[in-house]
Amino acid sequence: MMEAQGEKIREVARRLLEQDRVDVVIGFEKGSLPLRASPVFVRTVAETHRLIWDCFCENNLARYLTRIDDHRVAIVAKGCDSRAIVALMAERQIPRERLTIIGVPCQRMVDRRKAAAAVHGEILAARCQDSNLDVEGRDFRRSLPRDAFLYLSCRLCTHRNPVIHDVLIGDPVEESTLNEPPSLRLERCSDHQRWAVFSQTVSSCVRCFACRQACPMCYCQECFVDASTPSWIGRGTDPSDIQMWHIVRAFHMAGRCVACGACERACPMEIDLFTMLEKLNRDVKELFAFEAGISADTTPPLGTHDPDDPGDFIL
Amino acid sequence: MTPDWEPRIVAFLCNWCSYAGADLAGTSRIQYPPNIRVIRVPCSGRINPLFIIKALQMGADGVLVSGCHPGDCHYQTGNYLARRKAAVLRRFLEFLGIEMGRLHFSWVSAAEGTKFSQVVDEVTQAVKRLGPATRLVKARTWT
Repeated sequence: MMEAQGEKIREVARRLLEQDRVDVVIGFEKGSLPLRASPVFVRTVAETHRLIWDCFCENNLARYLTRIDDHRVAIVAKGCDSRAIVALMAERQIPRERLTIIGVPCQRMVDRRKAAAAVHGEILAARCQDSNLDVEGRDFRRSLPRDAFLYLSCRLCTHRNPVIHDVLIGDPVEESTLNEPPSLRLERCSDHQRWAVFSQTVSSCVRCFACRQACPMCYCQECFVDASTPSWIGRGTDPSDIQMWHIVRAFHMAGRCVACGACERACPMEIDLFTMLEKLNRDVKELFAFEAGISADTTPPLGTHDPDDPGDFIL
Repeated sequence: MTPDWEPRIVAFLCNWCSYAGADLAGTSRIQYPPNIRVIRVPCSGRINPLFIIKALQMGADGVLVSGCHPGDCHYQTGNYLARRKAAVLRRFLEFLGIEMGRLHFSWVSAAEGTKFSQVVDEVTQAVKRLGPATRLVKARTWT
C-alpha cells in the first residue's frame, strides 16, 4: 500500500516537472538512518526517484511553504500537512495559486523512539509492511505490531485524509474520532499536581527551540524569545524562564495548532509538548467552535470576535 | 506567609475607561486597597498575554485586566478581542496549575469609580486568600 503510494508520488512528481508546472517538489526521501525519512527538494525529473512514502514521513512539510518566495511548489501533504497549509492560507501566508498539493491519506507515523526502546540492541533496518513494523539488528529480527508504535498525535488524529489536495494518492482512509484526550486526566488533578506535572515536564528543556523550528505555524520574523528590547525570556538558568517560553509558545498556538505533533517529534529531550496543545485545541473548539486548518475562509478565532462571546468570568 | 503580608497586584487598565474609572475613584476619595500597581495601556486589546505571564513571573501575586464595557471600546473591537484571549488564557494557565484566582478581568467604565473600588476590593481579597505566588515566580537575584 505505502510502496504503491510512493510509486504514485514519483509518477505525479515526474509529470509535474516534465510539464514544467512546478519548480520544485517537496516530499520525503529515505533517511540516512533507519526509522527515518528526510524532507527532500526535488527540482529535476532525474531526481524524482528519491521520493518515497513510508511510515516514517513524520515532518510537517508545510513548514517550508512560508519561505518559497515566487517559486511554484508541489508538496506532498498528509492530513496534518494539509491542515497546516489551510491554516497558513487562512492567515494569508501562502499563495494557493503557486501550490500543487499532492495529498496522501495517512496511515499514521511510527514513533522511532518507541520502536528503538522495544528491542535490545540497535535497529539497523526497519520497514513497514501492512500492519507490521519489521525491525532488524545485528543479532535480532522482529516484527512489531505497527499500531502499538504510533505517535501520540497520530493515535489521536481525526484528520488523516488531506483536507485540501489537487491530486490524491490512493484511496481515503477511515477517520477516527478523538477519544480520551490526554489533558482530561490532568484536569481532574489538583492545581498543585498540575503545576508539579508542568514544571517537571518542561524542566529538561535545553532551549534549542527545535519545537519552534519544526512548527509549520511558527513563522514570525522575530520570535518573542529572541527579542532583546525588551528581553522577555531571561538568558539564565532560572526554571521560570523556561516555563514562560513553553506557556507563551503554546498560547501562540491557540486556535492555530493543527495538532501535527511536529514540535514534539523535533524535541531532543522528548518533552511532552502535545498535551498542552491538545488542551488548547479542545478549549478553542469548546469556546469558539473552531478547529484550525479546516477552512481557509474562516478567520482564526483569536483574530476576530463575536459580541456574544462567553464572558461570564469578567467582573 | 508572614502575618503582615500584602499581595502585589498588577493592574492593566485601558486608557479610555478603566484608567479613567480609577481616576474617578481617586478624585472621589473612594477608599480601596493599596495593593494594585497600575499600568496604563491604550486598550485592553493591547494587552499581550505575554505581559500577564511576565507580570506573574516577575513576582506579581495577582493580575487584573480591565477595559471598557462591551460596545464601548474606543477602538470598536479591542475589548472583544481581549475577551477572547482572556477566555483561552485563564483556562490554559489554570490547566498548567497557576491558580485561577490570581488572574482577574473586569469591565469598568470612566463613570464607575465605585465599581472600580469594588473590583479592586474583590481581587485583593481573592489573591489574599491564595497567599503569595510561588509558581512561575523568578528567583530574585537582585535586592
